[in-house]
Amino acid sequence: MIRFDQVNKWFGSYQALLDINETIAEGEVVVVCGPSGSGKSTLIRTINRLEAIQSGTISIGGQDIHRKGLDVNAFRSHIGFVFQQFNLFPHLSAIDNCTLAPMALKRLSPTVARERALALLDRVGLAHKANAYPSELSGGQQQRVAIARALAMQPPIMLFDEPTSALDPEMVGEVLLVIRDLVRDGMTLVVVTHEMGFAREVAHRVLFMDQGRVLERATPDDFFNRPQHPRAQQFLSDIRTPFAVA
Amino acid sequence: MPPFDFALLQHGQYHDWLVSGLWVSLLLAGLTLVFALPLAVLVALLRISPLALLRWLGAAYVEGIRNVPLLAHLLFWYFGAPELLPEAARQWLYAGNIELASAVVALTLYTAAYMAEDIRSGIRAIPLVQFEAGRALGFGFLATMRRVILPQALRVTVPPLISQTLNLWKNTSIATVIGVAEMMYQAAKVESTSFRSVEAFAFATSAYLAVSLVITGLGAWYHHRYPVRTA
Amino acid sequence: MTELIQTYWLYFLVGQYPKGPLGGLALTVLLAGLALVLALPLGVALGLARVSPFRIIRWPVTALVFTVRGVPLLMVVFWAYFFLPSVTGVKTDQFGTMLIALVVFDGAYLAEIVRAGIRGVPKGQFESARSLGLSYAQTMRRVILPQALRHMLPSLVNQFVATIKETSLGYIIGLTEVSFIAAQINTQVFTRGTEVYLLLGLTYFVLCFGLSRFAFWLEQRLARRKDLQPLPQPLKASA
Repeated sequence: MIRFDQVNKWFGSYQALLDINETIAEGEVVVVCGPSGSGKSTLIRTINRLEAIQSGTISIGGQDIHRKGLDVNAFRSHIGFVFQQFNLFPHLSAIDNCTLAPMALKRLSPTVARERALALLDRVGLAHKANAYPSELSGGQQQRVAIARALAMQPPIMLFDEPTSALDPEMVGEVLLVIRDLVRDGMTLVVVTHEMGFAREVAHRVLFMDQGRVLERATPDDFFNRPQHPRAQQFLSDIRTPFAVA
Repeated sequence: MPPFDFALLQHGQYHDWLVSGLWVSLLLAGLTLVFALPLAVLVALLRISPLALLRWLGAAYVEGIRNVPLLAHLLFWYFGAPELLPEAARQWLYAGNIELASAVVALTLYTAAYMAEDIRSGIRAIPLVQFEAGRALGFGFLATMRRVILPQALRVTVPPLISQTLNLWKNTSIATVIGVAEMMYQAAKVESTSFRSVEAFAFATSAYLAVSLVITGLGAWYHHRYPVRTA
Repeated sequence: MTELIQTYWLYFLVGQYPKGPLGGLALTVLLAGLALVLALPLGVALGLARVSPFRIIRWPVTALVFTVRGVPLLMVVFWAYFFLPSVTGVKTDQFGTMLIALVVFDGAYLAEIVRAGIRGVPKGQFESARSLGLSYAQTMRRVILPQALRHMLPSLVNQFVATIKETSLGYIIGLTEVSFIAAQINTQVFTRGTEVYLLLGLTYFVLCFGLSRFAFWLEQRLARRKDLQPLPQPLKASA
């Protein structure tokens, strides 16, 4: 469904992505991991065009998404993106954060939009906080609202850029549970994360990146137990894995 | 409307008037700057003085001046204040250039009030530990200020001070209200004698813009050449 | 001084109204208020133009803003006074002239305040709005500007104070605002210039200082509002 064909990207003279060739099937859950600066965030941001690419093509459903003339806004409304920094709109309550886009873009009536938003907030466990403002919510709560906000547009694809990296440890679990819940719905998910336990449990495939390249792609079982690439081996031995099973 | 008469601006009586107006504006700004800066430093020091009374004096000065428009200040110093002077001083003043004198006094007090605040912010930007280090070495309050704080504060303060200089340059135009023959005065005079409003005001506009550009450029150069370096 | 106040207080406050046009302090405040109300939408429009991704919008507006900010307000007043009648064909009175000059001048200054306000909104806000599929215009209107403008409120009150002081230039074109009235009073009493102009200064002081205090109080109040808290910046983990 999502296809990278010889994709290269530069920031000025610094090459962030080198010859990326990957395919992500519909309904697949892919985790992208790797050390800092490996290009994982850049990769995921090229999927919804928050970053441009200089060569190669990225296609979704067979369509080149970086082509000129594409209606970027319509395109983005079909992809959900969850940021590391949550980026909730502070001047709107939780439920208003979730109804803004559906009302403005899908022209839903306020009643219908609110109903749907409330259902989504309930799904992430925050229906009781519908009228709270982001400043009154904890980090974990804000991120869950952010997920509900992205889901409100009913996208077939959801992208997560290190969704739990900015959270205090005790709140990481509640967010990961919400994401895991989405897997059961058969959504296509691409998650950039350091949470290896989550990857092991939930991902269909793991992509390991370093210095702009995808160095290894494998099932979680293969990746965590039998990493092939020396850089991947080094990476795994460097990080602590609280969910590790010997 | 008659076509633009460039010749008017290049020679002749009107040209002379306009150019003399420009010189007076520059003179006014320059004189004010010379007096306002030291006064501003003094007021800034008052405002951060350890003595409450001095602090209050500084605050009263700044708030009292800044909340009154420059025009009202000019009117006061030209129409009001000379009354308070002894007869002899007043005669001497009227014989000389009382307009310019009043304008310099008003502008100096006004500009110093704003500059004092910028200098105060600059001083406050220097971490307290610098001050403590100076005192620990045995320097008194003023000596610490002079040797440790102010030299560092200077770099932070120069950009806002240049901004205030820009304001000062523009504020010289208001001196026209008490009859100082600066640029606006002359431009209006040319207009009323020749009805050549476009030429006169084009000259004035260009002159103001040109000097503003120079001042802004100076600020950019300073910022580039002497960037703020923290410890 | 008290008899001065007793004789002229009404004239000082409202000019010749109702036997003539409104003047004095009332006119000053009215002019300033009206100018700011009109300058604000202009300032927002110019501020938006200043951050526009389209050069064809950005450059001319930048040039305009720099020109207006590079010349004294008096120059703008003279432009309006001498050129507006010939350009529009309508002879505007002093109030109209002063109003137009103030709107243009303050609009240019507000443009920079708005621009700074927009730039002050974290970039993530823009990205998350665009990621939802909102267009640039929708993002500005519903996400960026509401945040920028809310944070600008104390600055706007300060701008009001500045505008009140700016109205004093109406004196030069014969507008009967409070400085002009004070000068009129001075010509009538003649030997009490100090008192008259001290009173003028005091009036401005009370008005402007009072408003500044209000702006300060407003800032405190706003700091406590739920929808205005700056979000706690989470630790930025590596990309």
